[in-house]
Amino acid sequence: MADIAVHDVDHAHTDHGAYEDHAPHATSTGLSNNKLSMWLFLGSECLLFGGLISTYMLYRGRHEAGPGPDQIFDIPLTSVSSFILLMSSLTMVLAVNSAKRKDDRNTSLWLTITALLGALFVGGQVYEFTSFYHEGLGFTTSLFGSSFYTLTGFHGVHVTLGIIMLMVVVFIMQRDRITGDKAEVVELVGLYWHFVDVVWVIIFTLVYLIPS
Amino acid sequence: MAIIERPAAVPATVDAVAAPEVVTPTQALGAFRRPVSSTGWKSWLFTVDHKKLGIMYGAVSLFFFLVGGIEALLIRLQLAAPDNTVLSADQYNQMFTMHATTMVFLFVMPMAAAFANYFLPLQIGARDVAFPRINALGFWLFLFGGLFLNSSWLLGGAADGGWFMYSPNSSALFSPSHGIDFWVLGLQITGIASLIGALNLIVTVLNMRAPGMKLMQMPVFTWMVLVVQFLLLFAMPVITVALFLLSFQRNFGATFFDVNQGADPLLWQHLFWIFGHPEVYIIILPSFGIISEVLPTFARKPLFGYKFVVFSGAAIGFVGWGVWAHHMFASGLGPVSVAVFSVATMLIAIPTGVKIVNWTLTLWGGKLWFTTAMLFAIGVIVLFTIGGVSGVTHAVAPSDTQQTDTYHIVAHFHYVIVGGAVMGLFAGFYFWWPKMFGKMLNERLGKWNFWLMFFGVNLTFGPMHILGLQGQPRRMVVWPEKLTGDGFFDMHFWNQIASVGSFVIGLGVLIFVINIFWTWKKAPIAPLDPWDARTLEWITASPPKEHNFDRIPTVHALDEFFHRKYEEVDTADGPRLVKVKSAEEILAEEESHADAHIHLPSPSYWPIVLAAALPIIAYGVIYNLMLSVVGTAVLLLAVFGWCLEPSVADDSDYDPPAGGDSTKELATLG
Repeated sequence: MADIAVHDVDHAHTDHGAYEDHAPHATSTGLSNNKLSMWLFLGSECLLFGGLISTYMLYRGRHEAGPGPDQIFDIPLTSVSSFILLMSSLTMVLAVNSAKRKDDRNTSLWLTITALLGALFVGGQVYEFTSFYHEGLGFTTSLFGSSFYTLTGFHGVHVTLGIIMLMVVVFIMQRDRITGDKAEVVELVGLYWHFVDVVWVIIFTLVYLIPS
Repeated sequence: MAIIERPAAVPATVDAVAAPEVVTPTQALGAFRRPVSSTGWKSWLFTVDHKKLGIMYGAVSLFFFLVGGIEALLIRLQLAAPDNTVLSADQYNQMFTMHATTMVFLFVMPMAAAFANYFLPLQIGARDVAFPRINALGFWLFLFGGLFLNSSWLLGGAADGGWFMYSPNSSALFSPSHGIDFWVLGLQITGIASLIGALNLIVTVLNMRAPGMKLMQMPVFTWMVLVVQFLLLFAMPVITVALFLLSFQRNFGATFFDVNQGADPLLWQHLFWIFGHPEVYIIILPSFGIISEVLPTFARKPLFGYKFVVFSGAAIGFVGWGVWAHHMFASGLGPVSVAVFSVATMLIAIPTGVKIVNWTLTLWGGKLWFTTAMLFAIGVIVLFTIGGVSGVTHAVAPSDTQQTDTYHIVAHFHYVIVGGAVMGLFAGFYFWWPKMFGKMLNERLGKWNFWLMFFGVNLTFGPMHILGLQGQPRRMVVWPEKLTGDGFFDMHFWNQIASVGSFVIGLGVLIFVINIFWTWKKAPIAPLDPWDARTLEWITASPPKEHNFDRIPTVHALDEFFHRKYEEVDTADGPRLVKVKSAEEILAEEESHADAHIHLPSPSYWPIVLAAALPIIAYGVIYNLMLSVVGTAVLLLAVFGWCLEPSVADDSDYDPPAGGDSTKELATLG
C-alpha cells in the first residue's frame, strides 16, 4: 500500500498536459502496480510454504522422543477452527463487495468480522499449541515437533499479520485517510487473506487429515 | 541541482467534474512531513531516486568487491607454498566462506542490482521504478545486512562452513562461534532486499514501459534483468526457509539437522541448491544482458537473433530450476535422480550455446571498435565458453564424481563467475560510465585494466584445472610438499602460478580504482553519445536529469535511439544506412516538447530507519532477545511512519514559493 500515495498525485494531474497519454495509472498490463506486486508476492510465498511443507512431510514420522501426529491431533477441534478460517474468506469477499459498491459502513463491518474470525482461528491455534505442549510435544522434542510448530507457526504469523492489516484498513478508512482507490486497498488485503486461507486448506489436509 | 515540482493545485481551467477524485496530497495523520533536500548528504540518505540508489548500490558493492578480493588474495598467499602458515586452519575456513559469500551476495548480485536500478527505468522510458521507497529500502537493507554480516569478523570470528553451509558442519557443535549466526541473519536481511527489489523491478518492467514499447522491443539487458527478478522472486523464499530452519536450530534448539534425532542431512542440501542453482543464473544473466548491449554497439550492427537471445535467456532461467541436484551427485541420490539431473544439466548448455553463437555472429562482419567495454565483452565470450565447457564435464555424473570437491570445480566456477559475470559488469562500467557521470573512464588505463584482468584470470584459474585433476582438494588449508608431482603435474609450480595470477587480477582491479579517481578529477566532459549507442537510455542528458526524460519517448522499434539517428537510403550500391540526426538534435527536440507536469516521488525518512531496525533485531537474536524487542519497536515505528507520511512534501517546506503559472512551477531546493 505504501506507494499508492505517490501514484495518486500523478493521477490527479493526468487530465491535462502532454503527459496525459501515458500517465502511470494506464499501466502496460492494465493491472495496477499494487495489485500486480501483490500477486507476485503471493507467488513467492507459495515457495516459502512449499519449503516448509516439504520439511514437515519429510519429518512428520520422525519422533523417537515425544508423541507423534496420530497421538495428539484433535481433528474435531481443528476442523472447527479451519471452518472458522474458511468462513472468514466469505466475509472478506463480502467486504470487497461492499467496498466496490463504495459502502464504507458495511466494508468496515465485514472487515472487522473477518479480523475477528481470524483472531478466533489464531486463538484456536494458541490453545492447540498449549495443549500439545502439555502432552509432551515441545519445539525441541523431536523432528516432528520442530517441523510441525515451524510450519503451523509460520502460517499463524501470516494470519496474525493479516489481522493487523485488516484492522489498519478499518482504522484508516474510518479516518478517511486512504489516498486512492479504497476498493483496491480492500481487495489487496483480500488477496492476501484468501491466499493464507488456501494455504491452510493444504496444511490442514496434509498435516491433519492424511495419516502419517 | 535538481528540480522537484511543487504539488500544484488543479488549475481553475479544469472542469471540476472532470477532475479525478483524489486531488489534494494527503497530510495523512499529520504526524510526519517528508524531507525535501535535493543536495547534500541528506539528499542521498533519504533519496528515492533510482539513479542515486543505483550509484549507491554500485559504490557499496565495489567496496565489498575489494573486501572479498583481499580475502581471495589471503587465500592465495596461504596456498602459494606447501604447508604454509599465513593463515591458521580456522582463519582459512572463515576466509573462503566469507570470500564466496561476499563476492556472491555483496558484490555480483548488488552490482547487477546497481545497473538494473540505474538503467532499467531509463531503458524502458520510465521516470522511476514502480515503488521508489521500497527501492530505497532494498538498498539500505543490502548495506546494513552486508555490514552486519561482516561485523562478525570483530565479534568472535566469521562464518566458517563454506558458502553452502552444509549440515551438520553448520551446527553449534562443529561451529561454536557466532559466525554462522551472523551469516544466517545477514543473508536473511539481504534476502529481503533481493525479494522486494524483484517485486519492484518486475512491476516496473511489466507496467511502466514507454508508450509503444512492446516486450519484444525491450533492450536485452532489461529482458535479462526481468528473468533474473523472476528467479529471485522464486528462489529467495527457498533459502529463507533453509536459513530459518538453521537459525531455529542454532538459536532456539530445534532439531532440523540433528542426525541423532534422525534428521536427514540432505534436506539442507536440497533446500540450499534449489535456491543455489537459480542463484548461478541470477549471477550470470545480468552480464549476458550487458554484453548483449555492448557487442552490437561496438560491432555497429544489430544484435544477431534478438529473439533467440531473449528466449534462450528465459530458457536458461526456466531449465535452471530443474538441475539443482547436480551439486549433489556425490551424496548418494540414486542412479535415477543422478541420470535425470545429469541430462537436465546438459540441456542448459543448449540455450547458453545459442547465446554464444548469437554474440559471435553479432561480431561477424561488423565494423569492430575495440573500446575497453568491447574488450571486456569479448573477454566474457571467451572465458565463459571455457568455463561452460568444463561445466559440461561436471554434468556427466561419472566424470563429476572424480572432479567433485577438487580444484577442477573451483576452476570451472571462477571461469564462469569472474570470466563471465565480473568481466561483464566491467564491460558495463566502461560502457555506461559516461551516461552515469557525464565523463568517460580513461581508455588507456582501461586497456591495462582489461588485459591484466584477462591474463590474471587465466593465470589464476587455468592451472586449477590441472591441480584439480591431479586431485588437490578444495577448502584444504594446506597442500603437503610430499604429494607434489613432477613436470607438468608439479603442484608446487601451478599453485605458485595461480597465486601470482591472483595478484595480477588484483593489480587490474587497482588500476580500475585509479581510473575512477582519475576520471573523477581529470577527465573532460564526455560527448552526449560517445559510442553511437542504440537504446533509450541515451535519449537523455548525461548524467540524466532527475526526472530522466523531458518528454517520455514514444517507441516504434527495437533499438529506438539508433532508428532515430539512422535512416535507410537507397543508393546506387543498394540501401545504405545514413545518419540523419545527431544525438544532440534528438535531445534538443525532446527538450523543446518537455512535459508540463512531471511528478516525482518525494524523498522519505523511513526506508533507512526501517532498514536499520533489522540488524538490531538480528543482534538481539544472537546476544539478547531484549535487543530484538527494541529493534521490533523501531521497526513498528518505521512501518507506521512509512504508512502515515504524506504522499508528497508539504507546500511550505519548499524554497521560495514562486508566483505565476502554478501548473508549470518548478521549485529549486537547497
